[in-house]
Amino acid sequence: MDFNELSELQLDALREIGNIGAGNAATALSQLIQRKIDMEVPRVKVLPIKDIPDAVGGPELLVAGVYLRVESTAPSNILFVLPVANAKKIVNSLMGKEFDADIDDMGHSALMEIGNILAGSYLNALAMFTSLSFMPSVPSLSIDMAGAILSEVIINLGEVADYALIIETKFKEDETDVSGYFFLLPEPQSLQTILATLGVSS
Amino acid sequence: MSQVIKVGMADLKASKEPINLITSGLGSCVGICIFDANSKIGGLAHIMLPSSKGVRQSDNKAKFADTAVNVLIADMIKLGAKRGKMTAKIAGGSQMFNFKGTSDVMRIGERNIEASKQALMEANIPILSEDCGGNFGRTIILDTKSGNLLIRTIQHGEKII
Repeated sequence: MDFNELSELQLDALREIGNIGAGNAATALSQLIQRKIDMEVPRVKVLPIKDIPDAVGGPELLVAGVYLRVESTAPSNILFVLPVANAKKIVNSLMGKEFDADIDDMGHSALMEIGNILAGSYLNALAMFTSLSFMPSVPSLSIDMAGAILSEVIINLGEVADYALIIETKFKEDETDVSGYFFLLPEPQSLQTILATLGVSS
Repeated sequence: MSQVIKVGMADLKASKEPINLITSGLGSCVGICIFDANSKIGGLAHIMLPSSKGVRQSDNKAKFADTAVNVLIADMIKLGAKRGKMTAKIAGGSQMFNFKGTSDVMRIGERNIEASKQALMEANIPILSEDCGGNFGRTIILDTKSGNLLIRTIQHGEKII
């Protein structure tokens, strides 16, 4: 199925599962760091692959990325990306450390666990909605240039198309900026399966 | 500050001195740089995948190592470069994420490096130097005056190859 051929109704359905999934994930994150987390209405975008790094602030931006592959009848990928400065704030508020400390091994584990919890709560919502089961892999963390991190995930999509479908949610917190992006990237053939379970297949 | 042309992901560009070429955030992708020192014409391709064979949608030749090299050479010749004078440098092909029990399919960085070398060899273009592998991102800038390739990383400093 070509991502460019999605109808407005189908995009709405994807936006809605994004909404509920991300709502769950935001609640989980909020409980974890014991602060109020706001989220933006998810955006469902079909982007040319070359434009994806710009969507998170440019290919050279230093970011932390937690990546999980999701096994399912509708295989997908989950990537939680946030600027390193924000990752430090989340880690520090979890571990009770100073704000300027570097992220150490414990911090890396904490970030992976955060990715795990976000992905789990997101996928729970998606599973309830679609009656499909989703099994996330162990999370993997990389702290580096946004372009390098995003391109690897896109390639691992088994990407043969020049476009990728992205369900993107931005998390925000008022006093301290801990904003980050949560991406659900279904593999091209998974989209049909997901849309069929939602009753909006083409 | 000299002029620089940006090369995006799955993209390629050729230019003549004093216009340099840059591509940012190479992960498992590979940056293939070709340079003709006589005419000071350079070319840079940011490839994502090793081979266009068996791929349904392969219109974008810059996306694959096996097709990008020939298009890049043709673009450079249009600017006045001579095929016999061309040399190459490559960078990238790292693995950003590590999963246990990683299969061959996952080691895309290594396969991109191999395919880039193969494509250059088939085009009879010698590779002068390379900076490949690892688990970190790279930004590369090709200086079309000297043919130097500047490699910028976040955790491993800068170097020129």
